[in-house]
Amino acid sequence: MRLAADLGGGVPAERTLFLDPQRCIGCRACMEACSECPGHGGIPMIHLDFVDRSRTVQTAPTVCMHCEDPACAAVCPTEAILTSGDGVVHSAMSERCIGCGHCALACPFGVPKIDESFALMMKCDLCYDRSAAGLAPMCATVCPSGALFYGTRADVEDLRQSRPAARVRFGEVEIRTRIEILVPAGGGGMAVREGEPHLPSAAERALEEVLL
Amino acid sequence: MATLPASPEDLAARHGPHLAWEPPGGFAARSHIDRRVETHCCFCGQQCGVKLLVRDEQVVGVEPWEEFPFNRGKLCPKGVKRYLQNNHPDRLLHPLVRSGDGFARLPWDEATWQVVERLQRIQDRHGKDSVAVLGGASISNERAYLVGKFARLGLGTRHVDYNGRLCMVAAGTANKKAFGIDRAANPWADIPLADLIFVTGSNVSECSPITTDYIWRARDRGAKLVVVDPRLTPIARTADLFLPVRPGTDLALMNAILHAVVRLGGVDESFVERHTTGFDEVLATVMRYAPEDVERTVGIPAARIWEAARLWVQAPRTMLLHARGIEHHSKGTDTVLSCINLVLATGRIGRPGCGYASITGQGNGQGAREHGQRCNQLPGARDIENPEHRRHIADFWGVAEQEIPHTGATAPQIMEKIHAGEIRGLLSLCFNPLVSLPDANFTREALERLDCFVAIDFFLSETAQHADLVLPGALQEEDEGTVTSTEGRVLRVRQAVAPPGEARRDWEILGAIAERLGRGDKLKFSSSREIFAELREASRGGIADYGGITWERIEAQYGVFWPCPNESHAGTPRLFEGGRFYHPDGRARLHPVEHRPPAEQVSAEYPIWLTTGRVVSQFLSGTQTRRIGPLVELQDRPRVEIHPRLAAQLGIADGARVRVSSRRGTIELDAQVVATIRPDTVFIPYHWPGALAANQLTQRAYDPDSGIPEFKVSAVRLEAIATRGVVGVPAGRAA
Repeated sequence: MRLAADLGGGVPAERTLFLDPQRCIGCRACMEACSECPGHGGIPMIHLDFVDRSRTVQTAPTVCMHCEDPACAAVCPTEAILTSGDGVVHSAMSERCIGCGHCALACPFGVPKIDESFALMMKCDLCYDRSAAGLAPMCATVCPSGALFYGTRADVEDLRQSRPAARVRFGEVEIRTRIEILVPAGGGGMAVREGEPHLPSAAERALEEVLL
Repeated sequence: MATLPASPEDLAARHGPHLAWEPPGGFAARSHIDRRVETHCCFCGQQCGVKLLVRDEQVVGVEPWEEFPFNRGKLCPKGVKRYLQNNHPDRLLHPLVRSGDGFARLPWDEATWQVVERLQRIQDRHGKDSVAVLGGASISNERAYLVGKFARLGLGTRHVDYNGRLCMVAAGTANKKAFGIDRAANPWADIPLADLIFVTGSNVSECSPITTDYIWRARDRGAKLVVVDPRLTPIARTADLFLPVRPGTDLALMNAILHAVVRLGGVDESFVERHTTGFDEVLATVMRYAPEDVERTVGIPAARIWEAARLWVQAPRTMLLHARGIEHHSKGTDTVLSCINLVLATGRIGRPGCGYASITGQGNGQGAREHGQRCNQLPGARDIENPEHRRHIADFWGVAEQEIPHTGATAPQIMEKIHAGEIRGLLSLCFNPLVSLPDANFTREALERLDCFVAIDFFLSETAQHADLVLPGALQEEDEGTVTSTEGRVLRVRQAVAPPGEARRDWEILGAIAERLGRGDKLKFSSSREIFAELREASRGGIADYGGITWERIEAQYGVFWPCPNESHAGTPRLFEGGRFYHPDGRARLHPVEHRPPAEQVSAEYPIWLTTGRVVSQFLSGTQTRRIGPLVELQDRPRVEIHPRLAAQLGIADGARVRVSSRRGTIELDAQVVATIRPDTVFIPYHWPGALAANQLTQRAYDPDSGIPEFKVSAVRLEAIATRGVVGVPAGRAA
């Protein structure tokens, strides 16, 4: 599905959002900045999770990954979720959305939320008003650790040691997305499996050898 | 008689903290903005640039200020939501006087006269020094300058100090001893150029989040990261080496690292020879700190200490960064000196990508300590006991030298003197000691003994609730002025809106009081700019020399680094280039320092170490940030962090209610069972008041050199509280 409506020049194909979870410090500046948007004032469209606070301080931000073949749109009974020519998957159109919640159930990343008060689906649209105007989304503008970075692959190669994960696999299903996840150089893909144990970092292991 | 005029519940119902969630008129009302004001976040010493959005003379939001070079638009959650402190329902809008069951409104003129008459009555009966002044380190340079001058020339008291005494005075004292100057040695732009970043006692990710980006930019170039902390903080999680040090033993650890560096051949003998003194004494000392001998003391295997030393020696350029974690100790100054010894012995300072800094915590932690608000200091970071400095400032102020009082008490000592009845009157601004001083129960007793307590503040803080007279002050965005960031960069903070109601700027309030004290000629100003002009001249020729800094230059250059002695001087981003230090002989000083145990030891009765600190969503005593809904929502109360092994021993499950007791007090709070802290140590953040105040547990033990309290080490006992049946927590989960 493609959105025919004219939304300006769109987001340049080479520019996208890169997520680098190893840099995330869990400060939630991204959520607070996102919640400042007049379009969804007070409610962040980006989520932040503590992976397992009992074992680690690792946190991870979740934005809409803007899938090439978005499950949310495929299951939408009213075809309210459209993708623009630049590959950005938009929030459900309010005049079509019936608040059924299929999209929220279908999304493998757990991104769309149903606003109970309006019975409308809402999700990250890459700050389309900003990104289509050449600006970085608000989350990447404020992120103080660089866990959220907006730019080109060349920028990433130039500035960072981390590299985009080649692919994201959920069990047997591989999902191609417009948003890129960065992993330490030499890392391959991102595989999401249920019940994966937390693998401690070298720093976390240091706490196991303290002398009391 | 400063007991509370009403119950805490009544006072909270009237004065808050209430929570602000949205801009005035809601988010939709932001479709039109009248102006964007380029200024700085008020919630830490990084002083990130922000644009405040103004509509209909109200602050309605924040936008990133991407052109400002320090943070390039980046912000933490406090910066994003800082605007919600404005238009707040809890704002003090009128002068208040204690009345039967709370506070009653007073006209300004009458309130000002009452301040003067009541403080003068105390001074007439008990002497000038029976009244003290306490200032804050989140106020502008102009206001800090005025507070010191007002106390000394207006009230004539020697007792003036500020809450920066609780922040980084140990670092300042050590920097002055070692380098002859108290300022970060390097601009932050040097961090990404380093080959090793050594962070000790600094929860960078939560207390100075923007610095995280600088550290990662270095790591992107291949730099290594070493982090020393009893807790595994977010920046430590991916560190190349994490040293989970036992609280109170940082000095022994640094001496051991220098010991290992010496044995690895890492000393820069030529630098030591040409630019320092004291190395031989330090060498003799650290040779008694072999990693194998101190590993039990510091709680880290010797092999890891050697690893840290090896990383240090291998990296051509190093940046050592520290903060309150090593400074909040009864040996804070000596601990900082142990870090500086490592830097100096290896010649790692005064070059691009190579140096040292203590990261400032408070909003104007750097600037507010340079202009005479400290008990032992005159403007320009001059020494109040140096006859030449005294004469210089006396001449500049147009007073006799003997009219300038001598060294007064530090902020915690002032509270001790209030408790002892020696100080009977207090004028305090932007300081909430009931939350921020150690041993909160003692502080409460002291406040209740005051004959007259005058509080100047924008919200009725927990401390101001004890006041006899409350004068409504202005927020940072309601006044023009300058602040000096953690880098030593002097910045402009701009007025976005006028103070609300009858609230006034601090300099207007102090000027009006001074006028009635008969010192209007010295202390009444017509604008902040006029105060800056005087401050700048007063600082000229001092160590903290602002002589060449003008507001116009600051605006044109995104800030000017002091020292800047004249208008053709570019400012000094990096200190000590070419190995030139600020002592008369141009040499840096190494100081031999010995480990000593913390003031309090764990015992059978109090067997666990407690350390305290901050969380990312709150600022200091929370007077401002506990009133901002989205920040409170991120964490609405303190929890005690406990390692699963300790929790299992004590039968404490995650989320269970726990009683934490020390020799000073008791606090009840929820347990957070996490493997990210040493098993012999628990952590509680300190931003909350009353029954949730972590400082009920901490002790009045001070560093003899700087007066900083030992917030970072106390001995406590933990007990699970049998509650109304904790459901849903599987038995043995903690194990």
